[in-house]
Amino acid sequence: MTITSPSFKENARAAIADAQLQRALTYGLGFVERRRAAADRLPEFDALRDAARDIKNHTLAHLDLYLEAYESRLKASGGELHYAVTAEEARQIVLAICRKVAAKTATKGKTMIAEEIGLNDFLEENGIQPVETDLGEYLIQIRHEMPSHIIAPAIHLTKQQVEADFRRVHTHLPPDRNLDEPTTLLAEAREVLRQKFLAADVGITGANFLVAETGTSIIVTNEGNGDLTQTLPKIHIVLATIEKLVPTLEDASALLRVLARSATGQDMSVYTTLSTGPRRPDDPDGPAEYHVVILDNGRSAMLGGEFEDMLRCIRCGACMNHCPIFNAVGGHAYGWVYPGPMGAVLTPSLIGVDKAGHLPNASTFCGRCEEVCPVRIPLPRMMRAWREREFERHLSPATVRAGLGFWAFFVKRPRLYGLATALASRVLALFGWFTGRFRRLPLASGWTRYRDFPAPQGGTFQARWRRRRGI
Amino acid sequence: MRNVNARDLIFSSIRRSLGVSSSEAPRRTAVADRLAHHPAGIVPARGQLPARDRLALFRAMVEAAAGSVEDVPSAADVPGALAAFLRAKNLPMAVRRGEDPRLSAMPWQRERTLDVKVGPSDGKDLAAISHAFGAAAESGTLMLLSGADNPTTLNFLPDTHVVVVDAEDVAGDYETLWTRLREKFGDGLMPRTVNLITGPSRSADIEQTLILGAHGPRRLHVMVVGELDRE
Repeated sequence: MTITSPSFKENARAAIADAQLQRALTYGLGFVERRRAAADRLPEFDALRDAARDIKNHTLAHLDLYLEAYESRLKASGGELHYAVTAEEARQIVLAICRKVAAKTATKGKTMIAEEIGLNDFLEENGIQPVETDLGEYLIQIRHEMPSHIIAPAIHLTKQQVEADFRRVHTHLPPDRNLDEPTTLLAEAREVLRQKFLAADVGITGANFLVAETGTSIIVTNEGNGDLTQTLPKIHIVLATIEKLVPTLEDASALLRVLARSATGQDMSVYTTLSTGPRRPDDPDGPAEYHVVILDNGRSAMLGGEFEDMLRCIRCGACMNHCPIFNAVGGHAYGWVYPGPMGAVLTPSLIGVDKAGHLPNASTFCGRCEEVCPVRIPLPRMMRAWREREFERHLSPATVRAGLGFWAFFVKRPRLYGLATALASRVLALFGWFTGRFRRLPLASGWTRYRDFPAPQGGTFQARWRRRRGI
Repeated sequence: MRNVNARDLIFSSIRRSLGVSSSEAPRRTAVADRLAHHPAGIVPARGQLPARDRLALFRAMVEAAAGSVEDVPSAADVPGALAAFLRAKNLPMAVRRGEDPRLSAMPWQRERTLDVKVGPSDGKDLAAISHAFGAAAESGTLMLLSGADNPTTLNFLPDTHVVVVDAEDVAGDYETLWTRLREKFGDGLMPRTVNLITGPSRSADIEQTLILGAHGPRRLHVMVVGELDRE
């Protein structure tokens, strides 16, 4: 699907004008309260966040060795491991496995990696029908959209839109059926997808964690779709990336304790499933083959650098749930698969700051994302780092550069800055004394187009600060 | 061989970025130690309770996750309790189970109206009964293991899932369960699938309205078997 991150500003404007989307965005507001309640119920929550951060840092610092350990355990359990440097390599590996069993359909549990590598379009082009089974992912698949949220992919839709899509796509069902409520919509999706689960040749899931100690992949779902996806077909393919590794089951437990609480406010998601290798000789069910594709796609280059902390991310979505920008424009405005603060940092790393330069600028730096992050990723600091890189590489627009240059000239000369701001505030106060505000100001039309500019009162901040401290 | 090449490229890129080679002894020791000793981190105090309170917490957490719980005095009472449960919910008198010896030893013949099938599910069963390996009270989570004893399909395909757990297997936390798992299978070894189940299936993908019964069971009923503390 096309990347529209370069037109973030236009996307955002359109999103704010979209009444339906604005209504849908209010559905996500409950995330904040649910997370807070779950955190409050567990006295150790903040200590667990520190522990989660430390586990991830330790693993990243020893990633080559944990990957080796994972590899040998996985192979010992009869699983097959495939490495992919690029998205294209990962797509080809999945296709080759599907071709080997002449697969016609592949069911899919929710996986952001598959979104990242554009797997659905690719499989379809090659004659294999991918079927998304997470309800949210299914909805966006039948609408040919990208997810607008990493844990609630269809949060931008209203039930009326879902009803219209189901009537459009499920043409084998009676047209006069009642689809007024989310319950009837869900029942219909369950019925339609149940048949697909049973018919699929290959099941593709993501991985929340890979455990080096045991060679295990872990998925976390609430619907149970991931489990049907990986249990019923002959082949289970896991799509993972290098930073999903954790050392032990104990380490995975610490991360699980912060994951669901941060994401949905549950103490634990409904289904946490640990998979190790294919069906065993005595097993009456489960897949005969178990493949894990480990993708790099630029991540190893992030290690040891300015953006390494981003590799701690466990994809809970708390940063976007708490982001004023995300809640104003929704996920699609960000133009690729990872939206919100985590996307603003990760997307430039993965597709380039030339394409995604707007995203780290779409932040008020209010800091709530970092405040709620379960692995304490300094998201604002990294967005600032991207802004610096964008500036250094001369990717910012000329007007921004000129404005910054003008401002820099004054702030580097504190006395001149003090004089100039004092003069400006006096002039503004003089012209604005009657109404107390300006409806229009030269060079500030970007501000005054949407709200009045208040006339300054009582001197500059610096002057008042000096007076207060008695200097 | 593209794959071999990709593996080398990824490992060398990781090592280049980290500024390490593969042979530093302290790094190797740190990793080997952690894998061998799997130190427990912060374990929530919530589940660290005497047996009776721990069971009470477990029941409360299962119910908080929209599951239901009942106490059954002994394993021999499970078939009767199951028949009563199905009748009370107005469900067909049929159930599927695996070959778990603890389930097989129960007096199913006493429930003449109950049709009991054995083996994995093909998707047509309305109710299934499984025996849990254990449970964690801290979140009301059941642990089920794959295998002929308790086929994985029984956990997900039927509408109603009944899970039997021995009272003495209800631990306070996940760490205790990992320890028991290592005792059963050996260090670093796992069954094909370990299912941690906390409540019935659900989705909130349509307008964030929470609805039970997405793809998995709409109903999760837990039977806690055995009186734990006779002291």
